[in-house]
Amino acid sequence: MTILHRFMFFEVTGKYLRIRMNASNITFSKEDTILRRLFLLLTFFPHVLSAANAQSAPIFQPGAPGSAPTELSADDSVALSTSVHTPEDTRFMQDMILHHGQAVEMVALIDERTRYAPVVLTGERITSAQSFEIEMMRGWLRARNESLDSPLLAPHDHGMGHKKKHDMHMEEMAHDPDDHPLMHGMLSANQMKALAASNGRQFDLLFLKGMIQHHQGALDMVDMLMADERNGQDPELSEFLSAVVADQSAEILRMQHLIKTYPATAKDER
Amino acid sequence: MHRSLVSLMLAGSVLAACATPTSAPKAYPDDPRSGLTSGLTDAGIAAWNMKRIQALPSPPGFYDPEAVWRRPGAGGSFSPILFANTDMAFQGDRVLMGSFHGFNVFEKESDGQLDHVLSIVCPGGQGDVSIHGDLVFMSTEQNRGRLDCGGSGIEDKVSADRFRGVRIFDLSNMDAPRQIAAIQTCRGSHTHTLVPHPNDDNILYVYNQGTSGIRPGEELPGCQGGDDNETALYSIDIIEVPLDRPQDAKIINRPRIFADRVTGEINGLWKGGTLSEGAQKTSATNHCHDIAVYPELNLAAGACSGNGILLDITSPASPFRISELSDPNMAYWHSAVFNNDGTKVVYADEWGGGLSPRCQVDDPRKWGANVITDITEDGLKVRSHYKIPTVQSENQNCVSHNGNLIPVPGRDIKVQGWYQGGISVIDFTDSANPMEIAYFDQGPIDDGRMVLAGYWSAYWYNGHIYGSEIVRGLDVFALTPSEHLSANEIAAAQQMQVNVSNPQTQVSFKWPAHPSVARAYLDQIKRAETIDEELERRIDRHLQDWERGRPRADEFAKLADDLRQQAMEAAEDTERLNALADQISGARPGK
Repeated sequence: MTILHRFMFFEVTGKYLRIRMNASNITFSKEDTILRRLFLLLTFFPHVLSAANAQSAPIFQPGAPGSAPTELSADDSVALSTSVHTPEDTRFMQDMILHHGQAVEMVALIDERTRYAPVVLTGERITSAQSFEIEMMRGWLRARNESLDSPLLAPHDHGMGHKKKHDMHMEEMAHDPDDHPLMHGMLSANQMKALAASNGRQFDLLFLKGMIQHHQGALDMVDMLMADERNGQDPELSEFLSAVVADQSAEILRMQHLIKTYPATAKDER
Repeated sequence: MHRSLVSLMLAGSVLAACATPTSAPKAYPDDPRSGLTSGLTDAGIAAWNMKRIQALPSPPGFYDPEAVWRRPGAGGSFSPILFANTDMAFQGDRVLMGSFHGFNVFEKESDGQLDHVLSIVCPGGQGDVSIHGDLVFMSTEQNRGRLDCGGSGIEDKVSADRFRGVRIFDLSNMDAPRQIAAIQTCRGSHTHTLVPHPNDDNILYVYNQGTSGIRPGEELPGCQGGDDNETALYSIDIIEVPLDRPQDAKIINRPRIFADRVTGEINGLWKGGTLSEGAQKTSATNHCHDIAVYPELNLAAGACSGNGILLDITSPASPFRISELSDPNMAYWHSAVFNNDGTKVVYADEWGGGLSPRCQVDDPRKWGANVITDITEDGLKVRSHYKIPTVQSENQNCVSHNGNLIPVPGRDIKVQGWYQGGISVIDFTDSANPMEIAYFDQGPIDDGRMVLAGYWSAYWYNGHIYGSEIVRGLDVFALTPSEHLSANEIAAAQQMQVNVSNPQTQVSFKWPAHPSVARAYLDQIKRAETIDEELERRIDRHLQDWERGRPRADEFAKLADDLRQQAMEAAEDTERLNALADQISGARPGK
């Protein structure tokens, strides 16, 4: 145990110990399994040591109101931390990646089409927020072994608009498929074309209105997901949904304000 | 091997799994916080005018080796965020730290060190905690929350076992802590605030701020969305707790604090919906994220999504709005802190919800920042924005977050957590020119990937700063003297002792008559150079007498009179001179 204590001491000094470990190539005989486990535990989770040295504090799970509490081990407690996600959660994240991607594409149009500072700033905020969130959503899916791709992109599934066309053959045939967004709240191909073809004041207003529509679509997606409380039990997803609702609803308000206060006489140098 | 070990440990984070390494962050000029080395327990540290004196790791059972070791894509139901440490409350020698998994209790032992003494497991996030006597209040927000504090989530669409709302625990028996009440709410509980009854000690109010989806009426009757009078939007929940029978706690009001004062329309703030295109569903301000109350002044400051608001809480069960503010720089009004005089409010903007790295070089200085306001006769007025003057990397979630006041007499000073931006202490005595006076920061958990971490909250309590680090645990700090904050000012802050602190329930500081408090004022007066050196020396001599326990009544009375006279003649610093005079008048023999 003397040796072990020395290692414990080194461990709490952090980096130094790890370097030392690498250098010293410590091995234990197979008979030393318990010692080895303890060593590994203390090496990688030094805080276990302080908890072990101090009197270990009790862990209680209280139970429903009025019930007697249950005392748990640390392992029991950790085991209670499982979380689940539903196929709808996964689909939401896959679709939201596409949805966010269009916002970034819209912002990318700003550069050559307007210099109106409030719109430029709004675009910067959207890009920095949504680019990061796209990465976060991809990470969420990867960590759960889920595909990153929305089924909307699969050849056999062209999204709501096209499905509708098949179902409602007669009425929809007359419509240009490019009028149909890939999913609710996104801009259609024609709307994107119109945005790309505009500039100055016309661009600013199309951009703001389009982005409001786009953000509103994201809020609707959250509402649709959460209409079934079996969804959104995964805590990271839950946090993400809160962030999306918070940021995008406030951003809608700011964009509505920008439209209301848009200067009546547009000047090029704005 | 070291590298791969760390990578493995961190691989568990969802956030971690994605970001591709990019070039090192550009450094903020001369700021030691930029570019700190990474590590779970051994990250680089930059500290200025404060030092860490204790670091308590997340307790056993609130830290999952499996979760941090598992590679992304290895499957399994894990999430490091399940154990995130969150907000804090304080009582006597106890510190309570909330968690997405329940809460933990720490106690100061005779050697002055904190020890972990109790864990309560009750998953559901975010675990915002408050304490009143033996009762602990905790917010539960997520759909997985269970009435029985279980961890299995809920399989049914509608279930009586689901719990989203405010829980009450009884800690009177630390060997058998119980849940004694669980008040279900329509939108769960994101944060809550305790509000005392003005004259009935048996009544405690809890303002509940629910921010997430509205649960179906089949699960909890009375819950519905929309814009009509029955909607669960556009309100907070007011829970009344009879302290002799806390199990009878219930919601007694859902006041329409966003209503239009003239028309009474319930969505009266930031109405939105004025455009027909794409805005058929209004995105008005429909909830508060957090509310700070200042009962002695009958005021509350609400940080409410698209607005900062000020409420009159003279009748705490029916608050009404007296002012509102919007600011194009604020993405999301998140939390609020009054200064001690109740003349200013510092609001925080949690742009990105705390999950995002919002202190990068290209992030505007006014976004994800504090907005510092004055309470004027015309309501709230924005005076300035403050964001930590540093650049943090893309691997560090960073935005303005929770904090409270440091009771330095004569100044407005706030300490605050900025997630992985660290802890920052600011002086906002001049609300138009806030200034950082101390900080503590650690490097990211890992290079090349973001692991959600950092200080959820940083609060001053009875002489120390406590920081709840999401992953790493509970840290304790001491301020160190500097040109920005003298040893006397720190000593004076330490004189301000309280029995309990729920940071969002503000209680005014009343400093005792004490030489360190007087010296704090003297240091400030010297700093401002408002009096001549002879008077400074005379005050100093008197304070030495006081420190020796021998203040002479007649001389002290004369000095106090002279200071008050000086205050009347001086153009500035009159409040400090009068405060110093009050201290001198209050001097009594003995130590």
